[in-house]
Amino acid sequence: MSDISYLEALEVSKVFGRRNRSKTAVDGVSLSVKAGDSVGIVGESGSGKSTMARMLVGLLPPDKGLVAFNGDDVSQLRGKQKSDFRKDVQMVFQDPYASLNPRMTIFDQLAEGPRLYRLYDGEQRLRAAIEELFMSVGMSLEHLNRYPREFSGGQRQRVCIARALAVQPRILICDEPVSSLDVSIQAQILNLLKDKVSELNLTLIFVAHDLAVVKYLCSSMAVMERGKIVEQGDSDSIFTNPIHEYTKSLLKAIPTPNPIAERERLSRAKVQ
Amino acid sequence: MLSSRPILEISNLSIDFKTKDGAERKVLENFNLRLYEGQRIAVVGESGSGKTVMASSILRLLPEAHSSGEILFKGENLMLATSRRVSEIRGAEIGMTFQDPLSSLNPIMTIGDQVSEVLRIRGVSKKEASDRTVVLLQELGIEDAPSRLNSYPYEFSGGMRQRVLLAMSVIASPSILIADEPTTALDVRVQAQVMATINQFTSKRNLATIFISHDLSVVAGFADYVVVMYAGRVVEEGPVDEIFYRPAHPYTRGLLDSIPSIDQSSEKRLNSIPGVTPEPGQRSHGCVFRDRCDRAKETCSTKAPELLTTGEQHLVRCHFPLLPLSISKSKG
Repeated sequence: MSDISYLEALEVSKVFGRRNRSKTAVDGVSLSVKAGDSVGIVGESGSGKSTMARMLVGLLPPDKGLVAFNGDDVSQLRGKQKSDFRKDVQMVFQDPYASLNPRMTIFDQLAEGPRLYRLYDGEQRLRAAIEELFMSVGMSLEHLNRYPREFSGGQRQRVCIARALAVQPRILICDEPVSSLDVSIQAQILNLLKDKVSELNLTLIFVAHDLAVVKYLCSSMAVMERGKIVEQGDSDSIFTNPIHEYTKSLLKAIPTPNPIAERERLSRAKVQ
Repeated sequence: MLSSRPILEISNLSIDFKTKDGAERKVLENFNLRLYEGQRIAVVGESGSGKTVMASSILRLLPEAHSSGEILFKGENLMLATSRRVSEIRGAEIGMTFQDPLSSLNPIMTIGDQVSEVLRIRGVSKKEASDRTVVLLQELGIEDAPSRLNSYPYEFSGGMRQRVLLAMSVIASPSILIADEPTTALDVRVQAQVMATINQFTSKRNLATIFISHDLSVVAGFADYVVVMYAGRVVEEGPVDEIFYRPAHPYTRGLLDSIPSIDQSSEKRLNSIPGVTPEPGQRSHGCVFRDRCDRAKETCSTKAPELLTTGEQHLVRCHFPLLPLSISKSKG
């Protein structure tokens, strides 16, 4: 077992709500993500995929089971180890409007993490590093001292990606990072993520409802339905040879920009 | 299939909004559309393209906008009609559904009352309105419709709410349905079911439909004719197969290339369109797409391209289109 997992969920469960009106969002799920993996978690709304992501990054404690980072239970981490975990595992959220602080300049938001972890010697080096990073996500330097409200959704998502990368993480968890963006902007952000993952050798956990998007970025994926993983494996083989009925029905429902095939499908569809 | 006269004919429709500082923001410029009986037109574009503003203005839902042009419904100019007349047309002649089913439904009114209200306002008896509501809800795929009449919107799932909205917009048997992003908020499997419902319903009634979407894939199987909009203008339009298989505008090509495909190898990069859509007010002279276009040349910044013919019913607004232009000029 030299092959140590970077991040691992062991039989994690999460229940929301009071006893008589409770809902099990994640139900005993295990998932192991090794260094350099790119793993997709796909499912529809209510499948538990976002709850899963939040537990992996440590934003939600699991009710049962545990999340392990480099073999250690995340909930037991203290001191340096805990701070390493928080730095090494970063997250990009779905809504770039809600996930930036409206009253802080972009620079201050990008510098907050590196300052906390004392990544750079002196303000000058910090600024140089942030500037380089900021340009590398496709933004121009004159925007660095502005506020989030001055940017479009796509630009804000670039800022959020830059903020996550600013602390030099090893694992990037993205929860539906492109689902609120226009198609042409979506493609830009997907390409940016793809480039950054390979350039920085990042481990990627990508949560999305869109299987085609997940396939574009992830070599393997886990399909979730009602809090459980129903199918898991190599992306290509899940697409070419899905086993579980739920995966099949998801794949069958994806519309494609192909009028001939789509007309055929619509004419066969039953109205239930 | 196409009868000689369109039931809806929009000519030179332009819409401006005044900002607080008094500046005018053009959000739609010289829009033209002809909708024939039973025809399905998809209007596709990203945020800020003007698609929703266009659709809303057909039923005069934008009182604060300054609009010019002509909207002829069965020969009657809706731009000049009295508000009373427009109220009669809403629902009865032209039905409209909106993107967000939850905010479009009244949370404290039962489903049955909301759907049958359209009929009750027009003097249909309570019994008959309720009967017709049940029949329609069943046809639109709501199981056990009689017992669901007394349910409230919160008791329905997103897909079911969208079916209720659809029922409200078609219960008075309009001749046109305007559907504004009806499946956008839905999960992919529910989206497929709702599309199948809309498809079956509109074809059975031969209902002319304007379907607004940001997603080309969603309309691929449904539409006969596709209008692609960008920054307040039509950049390309034509029969659905032409638009998807032989796009002529670099923007349409770019949109199609931006969609990740499940068949595509993941090693291949997506051909994304660089840059962002210019805001109204920042749209300068020349072609609105030129800053994002890899085919742009000097002409594109000095002269605005016209909408010209490139094939059978296929129009494109580009100085350097991907397909050759026909010699004869269209009226676009």
